[in-house]
Amino acid sequence: MSTLRAEQTEEAPLEDLDSFRERARTWIGANLRQVTMEELRWDRANVDEETELARIGREREIQRMLFDAGLAGICFPRAYGGQGLTPAHQRVLNEELVGYEYPRMLQVPTLSPCAAVILEFGTEEQKLRHLPAILKGEELWMQFLSEPSGGSDVAGALTTAVRDGDQWVLNGSKVWTTGAWWSDWGLCLARTNWDVPKHRGLTVFMLPIHQPAIEVHRIEMLNGSREFCQEFMTDVLVPDTDRVGAVDDGWSVGVRWMFHERMLHNSPFVTEAVGAKHSSMYAKVVHDMAVARGTLGDPTVRDLVGEARMLELVGDLLSQRVTESITTGRMSDQAAALVRLFKGSAQTRISTLAFDVSGSEGAAWDDDNVVLSAVNFLMRQAGSIGGGTTEMARNVISERVLNMPRERRLDKDVAFRDVPRGRPSQS
Amino acid sequence: MLVALSEDQAFFRETTARFLSEQAPPDAVRALRHDPTGFERDFWRRGAELGWTSLLVDEQHGGGSISGSGLVDLGLVAYEFGAHAAPGPLVATNVVAAALGAADTHRDVLATLMAGEAVATWCLPGIGAGPGRFETGFAVRREGETLIVRGEARPVEAAVQADHLLVTAEDSGGLSQLLVPAATPGVSVTPLCTVDLTRRYGAVRLDDVRVGPDALVGEAGHAGADVATQYLTTLALLNSESVGAMQSGFDMTVEWAFERYSFGRPLASYQALKHRFADMLSWLEASHAVADAACQAAAERSPEAEELASAAKAFIGQYGAELLQDCVQLHGGIGVTFEHDLHLYLRRLTVDRAMAGTPSEHRRHITGILDAGWGEAA
Repeated sequence: MSTLRAEQTEEAPLEDLDSFRERARTWIGANLRQVTMEELRWDRANVDEETELARIGREREIQRMLFDAGLAGICFPRAYGGQGLTPAHQRVLNEELVGYEYPRMLQVPTLSPCAAVILEFGTEEQKLRHLPAILKGEELWMQFLSEPSGGSDVAGALTTAVRDGDQWVLNGSKVWTTGAWWSDWGLCLARTNWDVPKHRGLTVFMLPIHQPAIEVHRIEMLNGSREFCQEFMTDVLVPDTDRVGAVDDGWSVGVRWMFHERMLHNSPFVTEAVGAKHSSMYAKVVHDMAVARGTLGDPTVRDLVGEARMLELVGDLLSQRVTESITTGRMSDQAAALVRLFKGSAQTRISTLAFDVSGSEGAAWDDDNVVLSAVNFLMRQAGSIGGGTTEMARNVISERVLNMPRERRLDKDVAFRDVPRGRPSQS
Repeated sequence: MLVALSEDQAFFRETTARFLSEQAPPDAVRALRHDPTGFERDFWRRGAELGWTSLLVDEQHGGGSISGSGLVDLGLVAYEFGAHAAPGPLVATNVVAAALGAADTHRDVLATLMAGEAVATWCLPGIGAGPGRFETGFAVRREGETLIVRGEARPVEAAVQADHLLVTAEDSGGLSQLLVPAATPGVSVTPLCTVDLTRRYGAVRLDDVRVGPDALVGEAGHAGADVATQYLTTLALLNSESVGAMQSGFDMTVEWAFERYSFGRPLASYQALKHRFADMLSWLEASHAVADAACQAAAERSPEAEELASAAKAFIGQYGAELLQDCVQLHGGIGVTFEHDLHLYLRRLTVDRAMAGTPSEHRRHITGILDAGWGEAA
């Protein structure tokens, strides 16, 4: 976050928050469409391809409009197309966007972690080439991070990059890329040295997703969603100028990359319509369900509805507290794992609450809301898995925040090729 | 506690923390176990000198805040009270002092409360089903100028020690509030048993107690808004106090995990236990976050204050108890002994969780607020 502060001091004087709010409000009111709660519902499972692509197209368009209006990349430096403003300005924008359309799918992972990583580690040329394009909605980015061989053990990447003159040849497979089929670029962690310990043989690259050497396969999830993808890379050629950070020093990049990933929607680089007035996404669904079933008078149901709202409110407030604490240096960056853990656990609980409030109809239905509650119940753990499991968050909290002894590792001080591995993955 | 305190606030908090560490260490708290009052009057007077009783009263009445927001400042004191499981009628006295100051009445009583010479308490009504609704066990009727109050409330904090009782009563036009001296004929207070070592509760019964119109606090029949304010204040202070108790119990248990060895390893090295500490820290920080937000909102009387107060009370009551019980579990047998200090914080949190609405009552109260906001009647 220190880069942010430095940026602010050299640019004088900053637009004050009130006039920024006024400017944002006026522009949003005049240019963006208002959206209803229904449109914001948490499930996008049953959207067909054409609708999905149209939505992405519209999001790129809005991103461009925001860029032209001076409302894109609030915390990115002006030199790269951003506004050079502060997290407080981003928060104001977030508040003003409540109830309006905005490019939701262009935020994570494009702006954070991908653009955040490029900003932190990219060369001047890389930053000038990609950051303005990202802020204009021209480039959507994906994280080529997880692999079929291991989700949590990110540094155990098997995807290999071999140097060939002034370019690299990449082979391997990446997975859990949300919407790689409609995205443009991937930020890819690859192994460049098998003869040194795990963390010391990694390098980060950037590569265009749509090329003959990359096959993108869409994965169907329990809720019917086919947003997640797996990529198979066969002799993908990457020029050395598209390397991010030093050769074999990819883990320095990776550590910050994962920090930005854990920040999710708390990142000052991310726009998310959240009001100071604690707008509701999840509790409203549970409340609506009780209304629809006519059970809102039941004290047990009222208890469950109130619990959903409580968890939602507390989660938001915890995010704010941790973000503020990290910004002011009272907490280390690692404290972002507290939010990840809390929100993951709260979301799984809220899914259960919604399903319970749907009653026996949760088993079979003719109503869309109930479908949603049962399907979301099936998908309940996704909120505690995606973006880093809650177990990993617990490790980070206990070891990095509370400084408890680290887990013993069998992959330390051993050449990566000698690290014990399970059976090769089927895929 | 707040992420960022001003220098003055930090100094103020530190002063109270130091005073409590010196004057109310765990052994002193234990020693008050069988004391019917639960605190020393002199201790309370000295606390009043530190500002414990005047933060919610405006300057015109001799009070004043540190930061401009007296409730936020008092929240710091309440936090330290929880962190030390400290004795003293902090919540009870402050709520009454604030009510008297706001209504600009009973100035002589207010002065003695602020000086720590007298103690007062509010016979807390129950939390009602909908937003801004309360259920009181008292009713008032009139005989000429005389007001006759009847009813009961329990448990009432510091009722046995209180010199003055603030009573919320059903009146013809709505709620009225009266300040009744505890010595008034017809007032009876029965001490109740409790798990906290120093906090005392009583059952208050008013048997056709006759008082003059000068007993009124605020406008007769129109006390609804005042009651709501008092309730928010009470909840804010109980929540801050509970978070203080959680923090002390948690810190103590983290220290224990590093010092205690089993099978040649510190407890803190076991992943099964580390993960529980991670959960606890997320609940603790979440409790800080919601308690601070609720306190701030109550201080500003923002429209979301009531929802935040209930969210805080419900969350902290539920997860605070889980946290401290887990601390007991991680201590093992020593955690359930009287000689250990951990139970001091568990006791405080336990009574705070039960008072002014249980977690379940507050969750349902939140739903009542949602009904109102989203236009759906129950």
